[in-house]
Amino acid sequence: MTAYAEKNTAITGIGISDVSRGASKSALALTVDAAMEAIRDAGLTRADIDGIATWPGERADGSGFSPVGCASLQDALRLKVGWYAGGGEAPGQYGAVFNAIGAIAAGLCRNVLIFRTMYEATARKTAYANALLKDGQRQAGPFSWYAPYYTYSAALQQALFFNLYVHKSGITPEQVAQIPINQRRNAGLNPNAVYRTPITLDDYLASPMIATPLRLYDCDVPCDGAVAIIVSRLDVARTLRNPPVRIEAVGSSMQYRNSWTQLDALDTQAQPKVAEMMWSRTDLKPADVDIAQLYDGFTFHTLNWLENFGFCERYGAKDFIEGGKRIALEGELPVNTGGGALSGGRLHAYGAVHEACTQLWGRGGARQVKGNPQVCATSTAGGPLAGAMLLVLD
Amino acid sequence: MNQPAPPLRILPAIDLDSQRYWTSGKDGVLVIFKCHSCATYVHPPVPFCPACESVEVEPAPVSGRGRVETFTINHKAWVPGLPVPYVLALVALEEAPEVRLVGNITHCDPAEVTFGMPVDVWFEPAEDLWIPLFRPVGGAV
Repeated sequence: MTAYAEKNTAITGIGISDVSRGASKSALALTVDAAMEAIRDAGLTRADIDGIATWPGERADGSGFSPVGCASLQDALRLKVGWYAGGGEAPGQYGAVFNAIGAIAAGLCRNVLIFRTMYEATARKTAYANALLKDGQRQAGPFSWYAPYYTYSAALQQALFFNLYVHKSGITPEQVAQIPINQRRNAGLNPNAVYRTPITLDDYLASPMIATPLRLYDCDVPCDGAVAIIVSRLDVARTLRNPPVRIEAVGSSMQYRNSWTQLDALDTQAQPKVAEMMWSRTDLKPADVDIAQLYDGFTFHTLNWLENFGFCERYGAKDFIEGGKRIALEGELPVNTGGGALSGGRLHAYGAVHEACTQLWGRGGARQVKGNPQVCATSTAGGPLAGAMLLVLD
Repeated sequence: MNQPAPPLRILPAIDLDSQRYWTSGKDGVLVIFKCHSCATYVHPPVPFCPACESVEVEPAPVSGRGRVETFTINHKAWVPGLPVPYVLALVALEEAPEVRLVGNITHCDPAEVTFGMPVDVWFEPAEDLWIPLFRPVGGAV
């Protein structure tokens, strides 16, 4: 098989800050906590970090969506690096990881600190996060097409796509509910999760309708928190304290129209060809996957990924998750084992990477999946955004 | 206690390409960029035809009729005074169903909106713009 650059990289350390609905620390302080935990977890020191990456980079807009960028963290930790990058125009949230793979292959760095910081819980207490335009200011860019139609949240676009999926697949609310119910059950076993009290089918059905068919419990939980991971060159990784979690394959393509209105396949979003690319770069198959940390900004994304990764057929997710047994911790494909963003907090796919490594390293405690999982599929999503990684314990 | 006033529509920033889309409603007509050479509709508007690479691509009047490709009924009052529920939809244009237009579906009960429902454009003036909206074809009210 071709020597794909990701195969020469591995995750070697992970860190996570306190995750809450209102932090007692600044966003940068949370980021420092996560970064230092990841550096120490890898058995490295600050002096060993020679690259930094984040997605989507610092947005000093008060939204809390991305309050910390490479520059702030580099200066706080006084890092001296050969390369850094943060930016939003990438194949979803894992764009930072894909960039780091390229930078390592280019010989620019060996140990990259990758992080994602959210401060949306605090932001929403002070100013509504999605109403960022000043009075009279006009909306530019791709969302200008939605601007005049009371499209105040990404939930509205996702509801458009989700409703078409429901229409085509025939999935029922009772079936969709298995995603949040399973994740809340997992969150109950995760001391760091934001919401840990179990929910029932009745709770799901009674949760407020946001925009049909999206209910409140279909949506992730805005939080304050930061995650950091260290991605190292594989030969370096093999000298460090944790068994490397190799990046076996990535999916980073954009083969569709990159548009929130003209995206070719609304109800599958941009995922099918991203998944196809990932599987084309490995000999592993969906049946080889032990656990899955699937993007869950909305339950719809998770349903999409079950199908697009090939764990079930197109529109087969409703049967796959029926009753919730298959996706439970003791099931054939445990999904979002730490509670995901729906219950653990919206750490925007980086909580998922942290949980993937937690499970592969056997650190899951009460929520540890039995049988020493070796292979984890993980993904990001959102309309035209999609990225995928297959992680394998070395 | 006074009810807060309903929020104004957030208006799009227009440029040389999008300007006609947001203003042609003044003449009661919807326009979509169309290639002179091969008649391909190009949306969002840009003077380049992805089918034949012609740059002779200009706004052309269209019927304004289409079908609801997908929709959502929004129930959450995102800002004070926002009247709910309301319908947000993607409408596939009759002449070119691959062209999807965003709009609210008005002049009907949100519960009456269905997949594939035929709709027709109308325009609401806002400052210097005319915002395209959709209502059921031959519908009530």
